[in-house]
Amino acid sequence: MARRSFRNIFVMVLVLIVGLAWVLPAFADKSSNTLNFAWTKELETLDRYYNTAREGMIVSRHVYDDLIYRDPQTWEYKPLLATSWKWIDPSTMELELRKGVVFHNGEKFDADDVVYTLNFVSNPENKVLVQRNVNWIKKAEKLGTYKVRILLHKPFPAALEYLAGNVPIYPNEYYAKVGPQGFGLKPVGTGPYKVVTVEQGKRIVFEKNADYFKDSPKGQPAIDRIVQRTIPEMTTMVAELMTGGLDWIYMVPTDQAEKLEKLPSLNVVRAETMRIGFLQMDVTGRTGDTPLKDVRVRKAICYAVDREAIAKNLVGGQSRVVHAACYPSQFGCIDTVTKYDYDPARAKQLLTEAGYTNGFEIDFYGYRDRPYGEAIVGYLREVGIKANMKWLKYSALRDATKSDKVALVMNTWGSYGVNDISNITGQHFRMEYNDFARDQAVTDWLNEGDNSIDDAKRREVYSKALKRIADQAYWLPLFSWVANYAFDKDLDFTPYPDAVPRFFLTAWK
Amino acid sequence: MIAYTLKRFGLAVLVAITVSFVTFMLLRFSGDPAVALAGADATPEDIEVVRVTYGLDRPLLIQYIDWGRRALKGDFGISPYFNQPVEKIIGNRLTITMTLGACALSFAVLLAIPMGVLAAIRPNTWIDRLALTVSVIGQAMPSFFFGLILIIVFGVMLRWLPISGSSTWKHFILPAVALGYYATPAIMRLTRSGMLEVLGADYIRTARAKGLRAGKVLFKHALRNAIIPVVSLLAVQFGFMLGGSLVIETIFAINGVGFLGYESISRADLPMVQAIVLLVSMFYVVLTFFSDLLNAFLDPRLRVQ
Repeated sequence: MARRSFRNIFVMVLVLIVGLAWVLPAFADKSSNTLNFAWTKELETLDRYYNTAREGMIVSRHVYDDLIYRDPQTWEYKPLLATSWKWIDPSTMELELRKGVVFHNGEKFDADDVVYTLNFVSNPENKVLVQRNVNWIKKAEKLGTYKVRILLHKPFPAALEYLAGNVPIYPNEYYAKVGPQGFGLKPVGTGPYKVVTVEQGKRIVFEKNADYFKDSPKGQPAIDRIVQRTIPEMTTMVAELMTGGLDWIYMVPTDQAEKLEKLPSLNVVRAETMRIGFLQMDVTGRTGDTPLKDVRVRKAICYAVDREAIAKNLVGGQSRVVHAACYPSQFGCIDTVTKYDYDPARAKQLLTEAGYTNGFEIDFYGYRDRPYGEAIVGYLREVGIKANMKWLKYSALRDATKSDKVALVMNTWGSYGVNDISNITGQHFRMEYNDFARDQAVTDWLNEGDNSIDDAKRREVYSKALKRIADQAYWLPLFSWVANYAFDKDLDFTPYPDAVPRFFLTAWK
Repeated sequence: MIAYTLKRFGLAVLVAITVSFVTFMLLRFSGDPAVALAGADATPEDIEVVRVTYGLDRPLLIQYIDWGRRALKGDFGISPYFNQPVEKIIGNRLTITMTLGACALSFAVLLAIPMGVLAAIRPNTWIDRLALTVSVIGQAMPSFFFGLILIIVFGVMLRWLPISGSSTWKHFILPAVALGYYATPAIMRLTRSGMLEVLGADYIRTARAKGLRAGKVLFKHALRNAIIPVVSLLAVQFGFMLGGSLVIETIFAINGVGFLGYESISRADLPMVQAIVLLVSMFYVVLTFFSDLLNAFLDPRLRVQ
C-alpha cells in the first residue's frame, strides 16, 4: 500500500515536471514509421500453443493468421486463411483454403500446413498448454491442395470462435524441422508482421510483411516497424512514455491513468474489456454450515453491494454493471434476468428473515484488484455482514477452493476473448471445484447448449440457465473490467473488448 | 592452514546443500506449481496435463534427489516456462548482472573510500558531517525510491541518460549508482573508523617523526592497513549486489539474473528459482570462504580456533 501511494506521488511529480516545464521532443518514431511499445511480461516463447499469456495472443494475431477472422468491430466472421466453411454434420466441418498465400520464409500455404498444424496441436502427446483451444479437434484431413476437413470429438458450437483467433496455422515443413523450441525463438507465419529479432525478456522486433495477401480482412499494415520491450516496472514504463522512449502502453493502473490524462501529448483510453468480476457463494455448504446456503442471505448480499458506484468510481472508464453470468456481447448471453439493484434496506430485511438480524462473520477471498474487494467489504459491513478479506495468489486461492475452504470469493474471468458463453458460464457450473452452485439443472442446460450447433436451441437453454443462476443468486455478477491504454496522441489506435491490441489496424496520423 | 582450509570448505559445501534443500522444499510448499504454470484461467484438465508432464506428481524427496544429482553435473533441468535449459538462460543473463555489480561496486568504492579517508583526516569537521550525511541518506533511502529519483532527475528532467534497458554502457550508469549507493555507508564508515584507529597508532607517529610526507604516510602506511577489513566487506557487498540487484534490475528493466529471479518466482518456474537461489548462495559461500582464508592468512590466531 505504501509503495502504491508512493507510486502515485511519483507519477504526479512526473506529470508536473513534464506537463509544466518541459515540451516533449519531436516525434522521431513517427517520422521513421516505428511504433515502440512495452508490456511488463517476459514472454517465454512466441509459439502460441506453448504460452498461456495475453501477450502471446497479441504476438499471434500479428505474426500468424487463423483460418477465420472475427471482425473486432462487428463481431462478424470473415474469411482469413479459409475462404469458406460449412458444417457437414454437427461434428464435421469442411473448409476451402485461400490460394497464393506464402509464409514469411517463402513456404507456400496449402492444406498440408493446416492438416499438420491441427493434427500436431490436437495430439495430447504434444502437450499444448491451453488445451481448451484445441482439445475439441479430433483430427484434420486433406481433401485437396486447398481443401480440408476438420473432425470434432463431439458437436462443439464454439468451434468457429476458436478457429477465429486461437488456432494459428504454422508452416508444416519449417515447424517439423525446428520443433516448438526453435519455433518459439524464430517464429514464421503468414501474418501482417514478421518477427526479425527476439531477445528474450528484452525485446521483440517486428517488421511489416510487405507480401501480406491483399484480400486479408486484417487489412494491410501501415506501421513499418514495431519494437516491443519488456519493462517490469509500470512507473518506469510511464516515465519512458512521457519522455518519448515509448509510444504505447496498456494495463496502466487507474490512478496512474488519471494522472496521465492531464498530459496534452498523450491519449488515455479506458476501454471496457470482456473480463467480468463476480462473487461466488457456497450454495451447498461444501465449506461447512454457512449462512450462504440460504437463498435469502445470498440475495441480501446481492442487494447490499452498490456495483454501479464501484464501476463508476473505482473501476472508471467504460466499466458497466453486468447482471447475468456472462459478458453481454457473448453468444447466448441475455440481460433479462433478475436484477439486484442497490438496496441496503432490502438486504437487512432479508437477513432478518433468514435469522441473521445481527449479521454474521465470513471470510471473503479474492486474488486481484483488492480495492474493489475492499469496497465490497465496506458495503457488506453496512448491512451487518463482517467480511474478513483474504487476498491470495491465484494458485493459492485455487488450492483453497479445491479443499473446500472458500465460501465467498470475488473472482474474475476474461473468457480468453472468446465471444461465446460456453467459455465463461460453462466453465463455472460443471460440478467441478469452481462450481459453487452444484445445481444439476443448470449443469444440464449448459451442457446441452455447449454441445448443440442449433443456435436457437442454444439460446433457449442458456437463457434458462442464466435466469436460474440469477434467481437463486448463485453468483453476483459485478461489472466489466477496463484496460487503460496510454499512447502518443498522434497514434491512431482503437482498443477492443478482448484487450488484444491490433497494431495492424494502427497508424501514425 | 590445510586443516583449517578443509574445515572451511566442508562447511561451505554443507551450507550450499542446506540452502538448496530448504529452498526446494519452501518453493514446493508456497503453492501448486502446476496451477501457476498452466495460467490463471486454465481448467483442471489443463493443470493435470501440466502436472504429469513436469513430474510434479512424484514424491518431493525423489524430486529433490533427482534435481541434486543432475545439478552436480551442471544440468539444472529445463525451465518449464521457457522450455529451454536453465543454465543456458542464466548464463546469458549472468554477464549483465556481473557488469552491473562490478559498476556498482566501483562506484561505491570510488565514492566511499575517499570520503572515509577525508572524514578520518578531518574528524568532527564539516567534511566529516557531510560524509556522515551522505552515508545516512544512503542507508535510509530504499533503493527503489532512489532509483526512481534518478529516473526523474537524469532521465525525465535533464534527459541526460536513458531510463531503462541495457543495450549501451550509458544504460548502466543510473542503475549502478542506485545499486552502489546502497553499499556506500558501510564501506565509508569502516574506512573512516579503520583510518582513525590506524592514524593514532605508534608506527604512524614514527613514520611522521621520520619526516615522511603526509601523503606517503596516509596512503602507504595508514590506508594500506586500514583497508584490509574493507576488502572482506567488499566481497560480501559484491555478493549482495549480485543477488540483491532484483529491485534495481526491475526498475531499470535490465534483463539480468535478479530480474529473471523475480519473474521466475511470480510464475513459479521452480527449476529456475532453484538454480538462481543456489547460484546466489554459492556466490556468498565462495566469497565468504575466500575472505575467511584471507583473514586467516593475515591473522594466524584465527587458524587455531
